[in-house]
Amino acid sequence: MTTPETGDLRITNVTKRFGEFTAVDDLSLTVPQGAFFALLGASGCGKTTTLRMVAGLEEPTTGEIRLGDRDITRLRPYQRPVNTVFQSYALFPHLDVFENVAFGLRRRKLRQVKEQVDKMLELVQLGGFGKRKPAELSGGQQQRVALARALINHPQVLLLDEPLGALDLKLRRQMQIELKRIQTEVGITFVHVTHDQEEAMTMADTVAVMNAGKIEQLGRPAEIYEYPATAFVANFLGQSNLLAGEAAGRSGDVVQVAAYEQRFAVPAVRSRTDRGPVFLGVRPEKLALVPAGAAVPAGHQFVAGVVTDSSYVGVSTQYLVRTGWGTELAVFAPNGGDATQLAVGSQVTAHWNPHHAFLLERAPGEGDQTTPLLDSPDTVGVGS
Amino acid sequence: MRRWLADHWVMTVGLMVLLYLFLPIAVVAGLSFNRPSNRLSYDFNAFTTDNWTNLCGPADLCDAVGRSAWIGLLSTLFATILGTLMAFALARHRFRGRSLTNLLIFLPMATPELVMGTSLLALFTAGGLQLGFVTILIAHVMFCVSFVVVTVKARLAGMDARLEEAAMDLYATPFQTFRRITLPLVLPGIVAAALLAFSLSFDDFIITNFNSGNTVTFPMYVWGANQRGIPPQVNVIGTAMFAIALLLVLATNVRRRRGARVA
Ligand SMILES: Nc1ncnc2c1ncn2[C@@H]1O[C@H](COP(=O)(O)OP(=O)(O)OP(=O)(O)O)[C@@H](O)[C@H]1O
Ligand SMILES: [Mg+2]
Repeated sequence: MTTPETGDLRITNVTKRFGEFTAVDDLSLTVPQGAFFALLGASGCGKTTTLRMVAGLEEPTTGEIRLGDRDITRLRPYQRPVNTVFQSYALFPHLDVFENVAFGLRRRKLRQVKEQVDKMLELVQLGGFGKRKPAELSGGQQQRVALARALINHPQVLLLDEPLGALDLKLRRQMQIELKRIQTEVGITFVHVTHDQEEAMTMADTVAVMNAGKIEQLGRPAEIYEYPATAFVANFLGQSNLLAGEAAGRSGDVVQVAAYEQRFAVPAVRSRTDRGPVFLGVRPEKLALVPAGAAVPAGHQFVAGVVTDSSYVGVSTQYLVRTGWGTELAVFAPNGGDATQLAVGSQVTAHWNPHHAFLLERAPGEGDQTTPLLDSPDTVGVGS
Repeated sequence: MRRWLADHWVMTVGLMVLLYLFLPIAVVAGLSFNRPSNRLSYDFNAFTTDNWTNLCGPADLCDAVGRSAWIGLLSTLFATILGTLMAFALARHRFRGRSLTNLLIFLPMATPELVMGTSLLALFTAGGLQLGFVTILIAHVMFCVSFVVVTVKARLAGMDARLEEAAMDLYATPFQTFRRITLPLVLPGIVAAALLAFSLSFDDFIITNFNSGNTVTFPMYVWGANQRGIPPQVNVIGTAMFAIALLLVLATNVRRRRGARVA
């Protein structure tokens, strides 16, 4: 069990039903060995269930899970070189911190338990806490014990179910850096479930966005952010302005879109479809505002509107602009040297470089979508 | 002011309830040091420690206590094992008839002892069993099991099943998981259940009376002696039992408090 076998974690067509309810729906994904893989999605979308199937705590209804060339679908949890940091810590209340961390080593009858545990406790900054019971630790300390308890076994795959959820922002950043460092050092495959999209984007090599038991999109963080595959992803990962329109097919390198009696063009390479109902998407920070009538940079596309709200958040000013057809666009204008604040009520033109737009499929009948503005300046925005 | 009144009203009633609860025990403890003026008298006559030193003075008393202790220990052992296994089955496994079993478990606790005693007697007689030690044991195990199941099940229900999952995730086989995680966490419940079973068995009179034949347990000895005058040594047994129970409760409390503080 301890001999490292090369191997990617491969989940193939896995479905998990609880009675009538499908928690994970025909899921397939591959996590390359040594990758830092983040699983992102709204509450209840099946992230924990997926991890539990990889850990062996839940048996897939159908499908296969492989680690390298080994089929582990039906192996018992203690037979898998996989460890979990549980969402609820699940520390053993009757054992002290030292014995909690030593548990896996002792079960496998490994030597030098004391040295290893002491080193691990130092690593998670809990040196000297060995004699305490879990109930005598703060939430963040408990979480670090849970992390140490799993990490000390050097598993082939480490499953982390929102391990940093209870930590304050500073400790969280520290642990993120620490986790990333450990992961790079030991080369363990990390599958990291999180609600925090910023965390997912900064830490992971690959991000998968899950929705209702399915993977909506999988890719490098920048890839997903810059060119989301679905409206759900566009809204969940960062904020988006989505204009409802109709695509009228390709002409040359672009797809023609008609929306609200205006014509737009989106590069074909940034279009998920070229016909039928579509969303024309632009991220708020890719939109710029000029007073109505002022010149728009050559090649940019634009929409006219009225500023209905502006909030100054330091690095940028976040505007809401009401369009002629009544929906609102979010615009983040960076506060560079010559940025002038636009007053609420000003007539403006919002414009963007077509290479920053993207075109998504839209279910007929769906209208414009704008993720609501955030008050907090420190994130790109938390969807949903 | 009203609040002050309310607090003290509650306290007064509380003290009176406590007095009500402990007065009989205090009387028994007092009587254990009493030399009665005659066999049928319960007056405080003169202080003596004879009752304590000459415990086995009255004929058959110590035999009866010993017999009750044996029956208590054996029925506790069987009832605790059986009941614990049942509690695990009911708490951890889904099977047909599970909810029915959960319901039936409460029946022996709800049935009047008189009914249970007579029906057991009918059963033993019909089965041709000789009434005595064994029939008492069977009866005691029977009515203790329900209490054990309920007590252990409550403890199991309060235990996070994820702890066992975490142990298995950390390479513990099902047996090791049971041994290292489940058992230590459920043990207080099992111990409590065993103590309960023992005290239920030790002082059972009604059911035993129907099923004992010629065998005399301690409660039956006291009942029989009552007609001739209860020997004061009975008060010694009563006081000693109370003292042991008190010590056990204190010990577990101290342990729990120390457990919460230090380790
Ligand atoms: N044992 C179970 N029985 C029935 N339904 C379950 C069970 N476990 C999970 N579910 C359901 O499956 C869905 C997915 O649950 P899961 O725990 O995987 O969500 P999640 O993505 O981890 O959510 P969160 O972010 O809130 O932790 C939920 O709707 C949940 O109610
Ligand atoms: Mg979860």
